[in-house]
Amino acid sequence: MKTQQLQTETANRQFSTFYVQDLFFGIEVLEVQEVLRYQEMTKVPLAPDLIEGLINLRGQIVTAIDMRRRLRLEPRTTGETPMNMVVRSDDGAVSLLVDEIGDVLEVRNDFYEPPPENTPRELREMIAGVYKLDGKLLLVLDTERVLQSQPVN
Amino acid sequence: MEDRELITDFLIESNENLARLDQEMVELEQRPKDGALLASIFRTIHTIKGTCGVLGFSTLEKITHRGENILSQVRNEERDLTPGLVSLVLEMVDAVKLELRAIEDTSKESGHEYHELIERLEYASHHKTEAPVPVCEPPVCESPAEAPPAVQPVAIAAIESAPVAAAVSQPAGSPEAESTSTKTSVADSTIRVDVMLLDKLMNLVGELVLARNQILQFSTNVEDAGFNATSQRLNLITTQLQEGVMKTRMQPIGVVWNKLPRVVRDLASACGKQIQLDMEGAGTELDKSIIEAIKDPLTHIVRNSCDHGIELPDARAKTGKPVQGRLTLRAFHEGGQVNIEISDDGRGVDPERVKQKALQKGLIRPEQAQRMSEREATNLIFLPGFSTAEQVTNISGRGVGMDVVKTNIEKIGGTVDIASRAGHGTTVKIKIPLTLAIIPGLVVMSGQERFVIPQVSLLELVRLEGESGRRQIERIHGTPVYRRRGNLLPITYLRDVLRLGKPAEEPDVLNIVILQAEDRQFGLVVDGIHDTQEIVVKPLGKQLKGLTCYAGATIMGDGKVALILDVLGIGLKSGVLTEVRESGRLDRDAHDLGDVERQSLLLFRSGRFERLAVPLSLVARLEEFPRAKIEHAGGQEVVQYRGRILPLIPLTSYLDPSSRSKGDGEEPAQVIVFSDGEHRIGVLVDQIVDIVEDVVVAKQQASHRGLLGSAVVGQKVTDFLDLHAVIENFGETWFGRTGGHNSGATILVADHSLFARGLVRNVLEMAGHRVVEAGNVSEALEKLSRHKVDMVATSLDLAGGGGTRLLDQMKQQTGLGNVPALALVDGGDDPGFGDACQKFDDTLGKFDREAMLRSVEKLSAALAASSASRQSSHPLTSR
Repeated sequence: MKTQQLQTETANRQFSTFYVQDLFFGIEVLEVQEVLRYQEMTKVPLAPDLIEGLINLRGQIVTAIDMRRRLRLEPRTTGETPMNMVVRSDDGAVSLLVDEIGDVLEVRNDFYEPPPENTPRELREMIAGVYKLDGKLLLVLDTERVLQSQPVN
Repeated sequence: MEDRELITDFLIESNENLARLDQEMVELEQRPKDGALLASIFRTIHTIKGTCGVLGFSTLEKITHRGENILSQVRNEERDLTPGLVSLVLEMVDAVKLELRAIEDTSKESGHEYHELIERLEYASHHKTEAPVPVCEPPVCESPAEAPPAVQPVAIAAIESAPVAAAVSQPAGSPEAESTSTKTSVADSTIRVDVMLLDKLMNLVGELVLARNQILQFSTNVEDAGFNATSQRLNLITTQLQEGVMKTRMQPIGVVWNKLPRVVRDLASACGKQIQLDMEGAGTELDKSIIEAIKDPLTHIVRNSCDHGIELPDARAKTGKPVQGRLTLRAFHEGGQVNIEISDDGRGVDPERVKQKALQKGLIRPEQAQRMSEREATNLIFLPGFSTAEQVTNISGRGVGMDVVKTNIEKIGGTVDIASRAGHGTTVKIKIPLTLAIIPGLVVMSGQERFVIPQVSLLELVRLEGESGRRQIERIHGTPVYRRRGNLLPITYLRDVLRLGKPAEEPDVLNIVILQAEDRQFGLVVDGIHDTQEIVVKPLGKQLKGLTCYAGATIMGDGKVALILDVLGIGLKSGVLTEVRESGRLDRDAHDLGDVERQSLLLFRSGRFERLAVPLSLVARLEEFPRAKIEHAGGQEVVQYRGRILPLIPLTSYLDPSSRSKGDGEEPAQVIVFSDGEHRIGVLVDQIVDIVEDVVVAKQQASHRGLLGSAVVGQKVTDFLDLHAVIENFGETWFGRTGGHNSGATILVADHSLFARGLVRNVLEMAGHRVVEAGNVSEALEKLSRHKVDMVATSLDLAGGGGTRLLDQMKQQTGLGNVPALALVDGGDDPGFGDACQKFDDTLGKFDREAMLRSVEKLSAALAASSASRQSSHPLTSR
């Protein structure tokens, strides 16, 4: 009993979860700096359209990336205000704009599987893998890939 | 592991001490009896020796041990500190530095044994004199034989000054020693802090400031007295904290200056010069990052001054200067910036020599060289690849330098300027911002967005109102341009560059921000201009790095983010600037050539003369006076102007005596002020119309008194005022008529155009010269035979054979062959005249007042000098 608990502890990972459209994503908790309500933004003219703007996070200037556009999903309808999922990166903090914030989940490693072959390519290159949870699938976001967005005009 | 840490500590400490040691050694040379100084030097070397023993760096230990022996002899007054000994000790210090660097890089000593140095140190400590043979110690000496005299002058200076200094300082000796001891105790009370930590603190304070701002905004809506008092207190403390943390990043500029006395000393002895270095304002503080950035440029400028600026002692003695050259460093705060001035009293920069060099190296073209002002010429030394040193020494003269200095200083938002007087010295002025992180910027609006433009790029703001204002933006094939004082300025709209879309309605006011990007200018149209602010520059994330239009972002007072525009990026993006620098240079050349053909004219209106012109170069100032301020003196209208009485000439009644000047209106009087530097006179006109730059083509000679003639300017017929006649008519004879005006020369002006002659005559007479006019070659020769003429200025296309024919004829006549001759050219001249110009002493634009006066001045000075020498060499005329 005791040994088994130990095993699961080492094998478990914690994810901050969120929704973009009907997709359920997770980012490892250690990568997440904080979660914020929608903030007023400064638009950046000429920037690629997936960059929503700049926010002032306690004196730090943080770029906000719209996950809908990043994943090439349908744009958010007006009135729907996104949430900020602020993640750490080598280049300072970056905010990902998501539809809704979920719970922090602890998942067992043996539920893990690489992304299935038939996921659309745009999506597949941005997810590191899938956890099979009860009744739904948790897609693990590869934040490094997400932030690698090259400005395309 | 532990060892490694020990070594690191040892390195930090030793490097710090050695930096101080350099300066102390040089100071010690001045005050050899200063016990505290000597003790400090001894302690430094001793500490290094001791630690080396513990850490097992045997070579270092050997060297420092020998050095310590010598120093202890000096300390115990067993021997005197001679300059040779100082050099030897400094050499030892250099060896120690080399070893320390090797240890830093490899954790090991370099393996170099320094036999020769150790031997000499050994010899010196045993024999109480320096090395037996004057071995060439600094590698910069060319031959050993030259080494002793090179050191000698310094030695003499030191010996001469030493007793005096000692005698003076002896009674006051104790306070000095005291000050030294307090200095060390200050050093003891400081701690080392990681710069990263300071940066972090700075960021936290920034956040605190923003929170404070929001609370203050909030507190205005709250009626709670307690809360308001607390927020005020928070406000105060935050401000103090911010200032305090900013200060932690500040370092006195002395940190960089410390090593300069050593640099100067070594250079001086290597070149055989005597140089005294004075430093003022070493306590002036700068952000650490800026201190780092100016270190190399500063050293370079100082080296340049020592090598090129200050002359050899003999040369200085010959020109009557003190044998010892002076190099002064000054630093001070001014207008939120730090100014650093490096001045020497050396030979100065000779603009002519600079031009010649630049021509030789193909950096500029002959036409450009001719038209360059002294200042422009002096600043040529900042061009890449420039060097005036006849000989490349290993100190400077390789032609890599001043351009790098300029680029490095501009990189941190600073500017460099050089001012020089030939024979008297050179001053290099550097202006740099206090800190890199906080810069002044202009806040502008475009659409709903706010943007910040760094103040350094800002030249001026232009506001055009209404329909007439909008019409001032002209278009060349759809490209907008604006006439700014006669020059076309490319214009771009921030809205278009950033694709912000068209505004709902055409705005009534057009705001143009005129910007400087590198060496080019353009206008940026924005929707609104707010005030200037100190902003904190923050970098953009890597997702936005590809956008060249932004230099970063900042947080405004209301907590929102605003983008900082990159002026060069905006210029390139919008196409008002071209990427290739070379083409920029060609543009400039074309512009320069354009200047030859064009001249700037001031257009004004007076009575029924709707369009009158005078060359702008003659105009000193434009002024407005309230009518009530005009007084009468001696039947003449005058006005009090800058503490003197300015006579006014009512132009309208002069040109048209039948008309009454409508001088009783409410509108202020428009006055054009002319000056010859000593005298001023004002000409009252009805209205200043414009300043234009255009090719002037004489069309019609004068038909009216007071006018030179008419010409087409800006597609309209314009009358040219005969300023000279106007002023003379009013009894003002000071232009060139003042008795005893010694610099005045008699000049023959030959040009077939009466109009052109009039313009040239205006310029020359206002400068105090007498003018004889001639319309063609034979008339000129005839005038030359009747008048005693000092100089001839002729147009190349002079009627009757041209200017060269006049010159040839003069050469054949006795007494005229040596008369200096100037060629006058204008835009209408065939470029093939270039060869003809070679025969003349100088070539000038007809309307280039500055160059003309300069050239005339120079020639008349040469004339005076040659006639003086002729007189003195003649046995009969000499007294």
